Formats: sequence, C-alpha cells, structure tokens
Amino acid sequence: MTTITMPQLGESVSEGTILKWLKAEGDDVAIDESLCEVETEKVNTEIPSPYEGKIAKLLVAEGETVKVGVPIIEITESGAAPAAAPEKVAAPAAASAGQQQGEETETFAGDGAAPPAEAPAVPEPRREPVAAGGEVQAWPPGQMRSNGAGGDRSTRYSPAVLRLAEEHKLDLSRVKGSGAGGRITRKDVMKFVDSGEAAVAPAGTEPAATPATPVAEGQEAPPAAAAAPAPQLEGDEIRKLSATRRTIGERMRQSIVEQPQAWMMVEVDMTELARYRQSVKDQFREREGVDLTFLPFIVKATVQGLKDNPLLNSQWTPDGILVKKDINIGVAVSTEEGLIVPVVRAADGKSIAGLAQEIAELARKARIRKLALADVTGGTFTVDNTGAFGSIASAPIVNPPQAAILSSELIVKRPIVMPDDSIAVRHMMNMCISFDHRVVDGADIGSFMRTVKERLQSFGADTPLY
Amino acid sequence: MAERSVIEAVRDGMSEMMAADERIFILGEDVQQGGVFRATEGFLDKFGPQRVVDTPLAEASIVGVAIGAALNGLLPIAEIQFADFIHPAMDQILSEASRLRYRSVGTWTCPLVIRTPWGGGIHGALYHSQSIESIYAHIPGLKVVTPAFPEDYKGMIKSAIEDPDPVLFLEHKKLYRSIKTEIPEGDYRTPIGPAAVRREGDDVTIFAYGLMLHESLKAAEEVAGEGTNCEVVDLRCLRPLDKETILSSAKKTGKVLVVYEDNLTGGFGAEIVAIVAQEAFEYLDAPIMRLAGPDIPTMPYAPPLEHFYMPDAAKIAAAIRELAAY
Repeated sequence: MTTITMPQLGESVSEGTILKWLKAEGDDVAIDESLCEVETEKVNTEIPSPYEGKIAKLLVAEGETVKVGVPIIEITESGAAPAAAPEKVAAPAAASAGQQQGEETETFAGDGAAPPAEAPAVPEPRREPVAAGGEVQAWPPGQMRSNGAGGDRSTRYSPAVLRLAEEHKLDLSRVKGSGAGGRITRKDVMKFVDSGEAAVAPAGTEPAATPATPVAEGQEAPPAAAAAPAPQLEGDEIRKLSATRRTIGERMRQSIVEQPQAWMMVEVDMTELARYRQSVKDQFREREGVDLTFLPFIVKATVQGLKDNPLLNSQWTPDGILVKKDINIGVAVSTEEGLIVPVVRAADGKSIAGLAQEIAELARKARIRKLALADVTGGTFTVDNTGAFGSIASAPIVNPPQAAILSSELIVKRPIVMPDDSIAVRHMMNMCISFDHRVVDGADIGSFMRTVKERLQSFGADTPLY
Repeated sequence: MAERSVIEAVRDGMSEMMAADERIFILGEDVQQGGVFRATEGFLDKFGPQRVVDTPLAEASIVGVAIGAALNGLLPIAEIQFADFIHPAMDQILSEASRLRYRSVGTWTCPLVIRTPWGGGIHGALYHSQSIESIYAHIPGLKVVTPAFPEDYKGMIKSAIEDPDPVLFLEHKKLYRSIKTEIPEGDYRTPIGPAAVRREGDDVTIFAYGLMLHESLKAAEEVAGEGTNCEVVDLRCLRPLDKETILSSAKKTGKVLVVYEDNLTGGFGAEIVAIVAQEAFEYLDAPIMRLAGPDIPTMPYAPPLEHFYMPDAAKIAAAIRELAAY
C-alpha cells in the first residue's frame, strides 16, 4: 500500500483542491495514468500515478482543498515494485537517508524555494531505491538540483525542446510536461507533434507544414477562424504567456462560458464625498502614510449593499446557491504581469481607514509580486476601479465562482438637474455591475445598486473614518 | 562460434598473431610462467625464450626496451603486470613512443603494444585497482583501447599488434574470467576507433567502457522493465574517439549519462561530456550526468568501502531514473 500526497504544484503554492477524481476506489491504474484533476491558485493540472496497481482509497473528497503533503490517495501496487536496491547495507549514507530527505532523495522538486519539510513534491517512487540503498554518494548526488530553482518547471525549456518547438513552429504552452516539476521533455514535444495536435495551432502560431493564408483587411475570416492558425506575418511577434496571463485567460474563459452574465449601470453623485475627501485627505496622508482614495468608501458602500442583499455574496453550485457568510472583497489591481485580485478579508468589520490601509498594502504587495496565497483566495465579491483608467462605463467579467463584480468609473463634473429643478455642477460617477444571472435577477441587482449608491451619496462631513 | 573468456580471447589473439609473424614477441614480468593472469600460458613452450622474455621489475625499461625493439623492425608486446605499475614507464610512453612519428616527421613509427590489466572490483586495493585511462588518453600519438567483450579483446589485440603506432591495450581484470561469450571463428580484426552501440533505446544514452559497460547494460535491463529505454554505447577505444557515434546517440536521446570507474574529477568521461555539450547542445533535454568513482585514492581495500567506491548496476540504474524523470 502506497500513499500519494498532494504535490507542490508551484512555488509558494501550499495547497491544492481536488477538482475531480478520474479514478474510483477499486479501479486499476497504470503508471502515469491520471489520478485526479487538481486546482491551485497557479495551475490546474492532473496528477499522474507513479505506480501501477489498484486504487485502494480516495482520502480526499472532490472539491476539498488540502495542504501540500497531505495524503490524498492510497494505491495497492501490483507487478514489479519499484526495484529495490539489492543491499540495504551499512553504506554511510543509509543511516541519514531518512532524515535528510531533502538532501538525498528529493532531487528535482522542492529544491530551492521549498523547505525540506514540504519537499515531497510530485511523487517519484522510481527514485526511491536511491534512498533505500543509500548509495547515491558514490557520485555527486543531486546533480540535477543545480540546474534550476526548483518548483514549477513547466516553462523551463531544454535546448532540445526549444529546437523542436522552433522546427515544428509549436506553441509550447500547449504541450503538457511530464518531466520533473512539470518540465516539458523532448518526448512530450515529439508526442505532441505525432498526435497531430500541433497542426491545429492556436491564434498566434503558424504550423510548419501548411502555409497560412492571411486574411486581408476587411475580408471576413472563415467561420473556423478560431481554430485555424492565425497568420503570422513578418514583424509580428508572439508574446509568451506568463503564469498570471494564463490564469487570467483561463478564469475569464471559464467565467464567460459558464456564467450567463447580465449588466447594469447606475450613476452616483459623489459631490459630497469628493468634498469631504478633499477636506481630510492631506491630514489622512500625514497620519496614515497612505492616500485616501475613493476606493475604501466604495468598498464600504459595497459591504453595506451585500449585507442588505446577501444573495450577491454567493456562488452557484450544483447543489444550490451557496450564500457566503464572510464578506471578502477582492480588489482588482493592475500589475505588469496583468490583473491580480487580492482580497480584503472580513471587509464588513473594517473602518474606512482600515480599508484604505489594507487596500494600499495589498496593492503594494501585488505590484512587487509578494502576495501570499491567502491574499488572493477566498474572495466573495470583486470591486474593480476601472475609472482609474479613464473609463466612464465598463462591462467587467465576473470573477468565478463569485456571483457579481462591481466597477467604479471615472468621476467627472457634469451639469445636473437637481431636485429643485436648478442646474448644478456635480461630481458624477457611473457604477457598473456584471452578475451571474443564474444566481440573481435584475431586481436583486437594482436593490443592491440602490443601497450602494445611497450609501456613497450619504458620505460626508460626519462620516467617521475610524 | 566458440565461447571464450576475455583472458582466453587475449591469449588466442596474441598466440595466433605470433604463430603467423615471427617479428612479434612478448616481454614482461613473469610472462614465461604465463603471467599473473595466465595471458601467456604455454607461450614459452610454443614460441621459446627468444620471443617470450622475462624482464626485471622495471617498467621504464620494459617499455624502453620495447620501443628500441620496435624501432629495429620487431613488433613487441610489452606486458605491464598491473596498470598501477605503469607510471614509472610514463616518460618512455609519453616522451618517446607517442612522439616518434611526429618527431621524425613521419619517417619513423613505433609499432608497440603495451598490455596491462586495469580497474577495480576485485578486492585488489590500492596497487591493483587503478584506472589509468584518462592519463594516457590525454596523450596525442598514443592509442588507448578499452574493450569490454571477448570478441573485441581478440579482434582488437590483433589490430593493435598490426598498428604502426603505439597502442595502450587496457584489459579490465574483473572481466578476465567473469565474461564469457561467443566469438567469431577465424582470423578477424576489430578496428581500433569505432564505438559500438550495444543496446538501442531512445530515452537515455549511457556511454561506458570496460567493466562499466557491462554494469550499464545490466542497469539498462533493469530500468527497461520500468519503461525506460536506454541506449548503451560501448566506447571500446578512447583515443581515437568515435565522436560520430557519441554525438549521434546523444542527439537521439537528448539525455546523456557517462559512466566511468575512475575518480570523477578529470576522468575520461569529462571529455565525453564536453564533446556532447559543445556539439550536441541543441539536442540536450537534460543536464549531462556523470557517474564515476568518488575523488578518493583508488581503491579502498575493505569490501564495503570498495563497494561504496565502485559504480555498479544499482547506482547506474538510480542515475538513469533521475535522468529519465527529468
């Protein structure tokens, strides 16, 4: 009986969620056959079986999130067990092999970033004999370790892989790596080429064999354009996908494919708040060390809206609408790597000043890429300040599995007809919301938006910042 | 086809050549008694004391005398009892034998064979276990051969005797009697130079020679059951070196393991690594790995320590797994 643990699927990733078991208890499994789909903040991947045998027990339920190193499945091995070293004798290394796992046996994964305690990454039983025999020291052990920083190696390409990718005009992001740390091996590329998948190039690549026909301007692309190779003309370039870009792409696609989304916009008179902010912002800056922007007020108002309309603080599940008790507001932050949404946890318990401090800190961490996993997970609702880009109306896409996303737009001075029919210059802001129409309807959204709007318009000289 | 051990193959090869060419003679320590490994057993009776010459324990003079004989029309085979003892003859080999052709602008050659048993794994300790090949393979003008199979031992000793230049013929003493395979009938030659692919595979290439070739083959067999197909290349000859075969196999698999019994640092395997890194870089799919003896004076006497020193099939298999998984 062998237990397989949750592997470390990337640097700084400390847990993974079993999305789906691909094997049931009692099933036979071959080496490298996929056991389950796992989701982490950074990657979604399948875990291959390092053993041949029978599934004895699934230790973690689908949807459950467990820490790296926690046992997830038990397999009863069959056939030839990983060859045992012939002699488990008193070779000097044997005694310490057990304790120095990170030193002696953990050759690929977990080196560098991960501390030895977290070392058991992708299970590699075929290396176990090294530990058992304790004989590794006859040559410099762990030669492979010096060849990379460890952790996720899915984008570290060997010369062979790069050469083949160029020869076959492949987008390596489409090739699944079977090597250490998810590295793409030469054989992975060859298999990909042989499978014919390479010929169905995604946008931005050009297949080696078939010359692509450029679509002239104004000419309609053929219906199959999505699957057909995009012509790459001279001077065009392909920008490789960063892990963040890839994640954004996958999440946005998932959102638009799975969630039927509707949209609404309201306008908010921010005049009083603008005046108030103007009057306190210098003092605030001096005392708090951070700028007092409109965002903490918007988050505060959003929290009020969610409290009054808990259905928006929820997510769609097959079993029903999961209404979340905690109100954790994701705040979209634009970074060089792309959009990141750090989360203000328990936002309903925080003052304006507290929110301002926390948002500033999260944004700072996002821009220097120092966010911890806890900083970016658990959001129940997202606020996106698109006004920062000069937008006066936007249609954001819901951040799954949340139910809605609110955008605050640019505040502009406009002539407004006031209740007494006079015309005044007011600070006006549009607020847009995209929502999962499976979860809520326009009436709920209207109620929510009204609450947020009223709360924002009520901020003024008597608003406590603390 | 007849089955022959390595020692029998060497003996047969020399005997057949000596029977055919009277210029060939053997000199060395105890060769009249058949030599410590019995390579010249029966030679005294067959060829007489003129052609089977016992020498003093003086390696520099064994090689020096052989060089003189070679320059005067004979074809000497100098036996150095153990490779560990060859170093006193270094000056004769390096400064004289290897350079004669160059020094005389090709008007002289030195048709000399120096045979010597090398390698460990036989509880021979410090004076009977050394690997000397990297030191001598460094010398231009000297050929260094390291066969692994009886067929090659016989075919290459014949080629070495016929070679117009000095050949250092390294016989792995652990293979002398442990390997017995069928060899071709008749008078054949194995050319000095070409490597031989002993096992084909496309996952990992192993380059080895001598005893390590056999350990590598065992390891390749072991990991084959796990789905890893190794290509095992028998280098056979270190100088000249068959770069073509080395590069072609390295390019084929992209994952290279070089196994040698010598101390790791500066061992001959480092040369293979350098060639592959420089000339097959774009084909590499993993760091090139070396598996060799640790950098301690060869060879510990205590069996567990000797076992610790010697690369073997289990260690090679572990290294293969590491490479295959990369």
